[in-house]
Amino acid sequence: MALGFRFFRKVENQEENQVELSESATADTQGDEIGEPVQERRGFIKFLCAFIGTLISVMPFGAGVWVYLDPLAKREDDDGDGFIKVTTLDAIPADGSPAKFSVVADKVDAWNRFTNVSIGAVYLRLVDGVPKALHTVCPHLGCFVDYRSGNNDFFCPCHNSNFKLDGSMVSGVSPRAMDPLEIRIRNKTEVWVKFQNFQPGHSHAVPVS
Amino acid sequence: MKSLLDWLDHRTGIRSLTREALFENIPGGSRWRYVWGSTLTFTLFVQFITGVFLWMGYSASSGDAWESVNYIQNEMSGGWLLRGIHHWTAQFMPVLLLLHLMQVVIDGAYKAPREVNYWFGVLLLLLVLALSLTGYLLPWDQKGFWATKVATNLINLVPFIGPEMQKLVIGGTEYGHHTLTRFFALHAGVLPGLLVLLIVGHIYLFRRHGITPAEPKRKRDAYFWPDQVFKDVVACLAVMMVVMVVVFSAHGAHLGSPADPSEPFSAARPDWYFLFLFQFLKLPFFAGENEVWGAIYIPGIAVGLICLMPFIGRWKLGHVFNIGIIFVFLGGAGALTYLAKQEDVTGPNSATYLRGVLADTRDADRVTALAKARGIETTALSLLKDDPKTQGARLFAQHCASCHRYDGHDGLGVELPKAGTLAELQSRTTTLSRFASADAVHPEWLARKSATNEWQTVQSVLDEKTEGVFDVIAGIQLQEKQSAPDLKDFATQQWIRDLLDPDKYISARYFGGTTHRDGAMYKKFLNRKVRKYAADEREMLDAIAVALSAEAKLPSQVATDQTSVALIKQGIAYLEDDIGCIDCHAFREPDPDADGPDLTGYGSRQWIIDFVKNPGHEKFYPENNDRMPAFGVKKILTDNEIGLIADWLRGDYYEPTTADQGH
Repeated sequence: MALGFRFFRKVENQEENQVELSESATADTQGDEIGEPVQERRGFIKFLCAFIGTLISVMPFGAGVWVYLDPLAKREDDDGDGFIKVTTLDAIPADGSPAKFSVVADKVDAWNRFTNVSIGAVYLRLVDGVPKALHTVCPHLGCFVDYRSGNNDFFCPCHNSNFKLDGSMVSGVSPRAMDPLEIRIRNKTEVWVKFQNFQPGHSHAVPVS
Repeated sequence: MKSLLDWLDHRTGIRSLTREALFENIPGGSRWRYVWGSTLTFTLFVQFITGVFLWMGYSASSGDAWESVNYIQNEMSGGWLLRGIHHWTAQFMPVLLLLHLMQVVIDGAYKAPREVNYWFGVLLLLLVLALSLTGYLLPWDQKGFWATKVATNLINLVPFIGPEMQKLVIGGTEYGHHTLTRFFALHAGVLPGLLVLLIVGHIYLFRRHGITPAEPKRKRDAYFWPDQVFKDVVACLAVMMVVMVVVFSAHGAHLGSPADPSEPFSAARPDWYFLFLFQFLKLPFFAGENEVWGAIYIPGIAVGLICLMPFIGRWKLGHVFNIGIIFVFLGGAGALTYLAKQEDVTGPNSATYLRGVLADTRDADRVTALAKARGIETTALSLLKDDPKTQGARLFAQHCASCHRYDGHDGLGVELPKAGTLAELQSRTTTLSRFASADAVHPEWLARKSATNEWQTVQSVLDEKTEGVFDVIAGIQLQEKQSAPDLKDFATQQWIRDLLDPDKYISARYFGGTTHRDGAMYKKFLNRKVRKYAADEREMLDAIAVALSAEAKLPSQVATDQTSVALIKQGIAYLEDDIGCIDCHAFREPDPDADGPDLTGYGSRQWIIDFVKNPGHEKFYPENNDRMPAFGVKKILTDNEIGLIADWLRGDYYEPTTADQGH
């Protein structure tokens, strides 16, 4: 009991002391240096525990987050001037109605490189003999805009945005008109389009990069 | 046994744990209304089990995801059942979540001291929705691809960091392998992990505070075991049974056609429990830059309000207010969901939407059959892209259908079951039918009386009120008038027979819309001679049709051609001598004076390819080609693409036999 009492007195942090020694426990520890754990002031050790604990957690987590953030560090490879051959002038309907053309190009998807795959599509139409290109993706939230031959207009099947053939808004919730794409004619008849995607949901077209 | 249990209990304390778990006091005794939490835990358990087994067959990459899901669904024994249970249980979970939430709010179980537990519940609800959202993409079909594209594009609207967040979520700027690996890691790792943590906390806190008894108590208190446990397992059984009934009647879960960023999908919709948000964004108020309100702020405020209910509930009328809020939310979401559905089946774009659903199912069935028959060398998508039946039709729609037709449509129409009577056609066009039936017909689609060629809109057929059997096609009337022949069954015996009928020749189905209606074939031959033909000469013409058709070597006529050798020989003789087709056409040998198309190999693969490449070639119409572009010479179509169109027109592609289709 006397030893137990001495132990008791060593404890300085009285508020945290919840140790209640039973008679038998006291008896067990009599004449023995090993006893019940006690709360002592070990500030530095406690700090070290917290520090090391944080450190060893941060290491794996940090490595994971680093990899997770990889897409932010990546920039699109820009091969050449960004123009892709889509079709020839003759393939665009002469009557001025738009036609959909797949954009076929090489594509890198993480660990794969694909050659000649569809990376998207454009609508092409002739305006006074000059081809115009519109992105097929709705600037609202990215659905594929339909050309409705019956109404001779564009209609997004998701949230009902409606566009004229020149891409301008008729009605609906899209924040901007359909995105026009730059066109070049090469070798007299080849239609090349600068195919790029734009961020949806904004009133101005911001290229995705 | 007892001693074994004693041994275990001594080391683990399992008896007291079980006792604690089972002998929870329930004030007022067991009740059916307390089962929702248990059914939810059960459905999560079902999802974990089925999910882990699905995981064993799933491969998360853009070249493998659809392929592996298709393999699970259609090739692995019991795969359809496993996937069906996982899919349909997920469909029922939001309902159970809502019932649970309503029970908690109505019984006031969110009040002190249970606030934290209530928030755990709200977080769990959001986690389950996040699981649904991430799971929707994993099959990598058109439906999941386009719907998730919309959902991830919404992230772009988050102020300041939207575009970066979106990039992190989809693993880059484009959808691809890393979109799937990330979604899969969330779906099968991060979210379930968090879910387990929260459920443990949820149940711990629930036990700590005890059940919130529904007043008035009708019976005396009882333990959880066995009465409430019995009610819980019966409820779980009911849920499981409902799921199984749906799984068996749907034979698993639908898998759409493989994701294709270059192919439009007019039926992109989120899963049904997100339809209210989808419809919400259509409101004019959220047009343009206000979209962020509909997509992020208002849903955020709504969730915030639900989280604040414990504090609102402290006021005198707070509890009533909370119940009111829940019903307003539910009513609003229900109404929006209904509107979304209704717009899809009756709205201005419903004809296209419903056709999109049918076309996707058609393409999905096709690619599944191809995968089964041939295996997948690279990707399922490339199977479709190299398939004449699919890609030939698409190319025809894009390049040929502004002048030609294929059975009255652009090549992409979906044939529906015939309607036996006008009343049947009428009943299939009702709104109710369009809501519920796979055979539903849209009034804007095409119909004709069987055995005629007069396609018109379904609505105009209904208006005419003439009885008959009707063919129905999910295809819309094209804006441009048909100005070149309908190429369905091109070069078959019947097609050529009709071609040689003077009236049919100048009908819209053949050359009525072209300059050939005033050409020598009609004026000098069909109109001047054939109209006056006697019966024996008509028989000769018929033999010519058989002979000429045999030139095509159509897969559908192999048997007929083999049994008609004598007739074919006879037909060739008539063609060369009696009727004298070779006066204007070359046959078997070049004829520089011929001004009609060369009939050697007419309708064969090579003949069609050569014709499409350059119809103005001296073999075809050197002088009198009417507007048809030289698709090959002008590089509008590649040789491969022209080949696909030719094969499609000739029906020269793989078709599964009934034996192949059997499971």
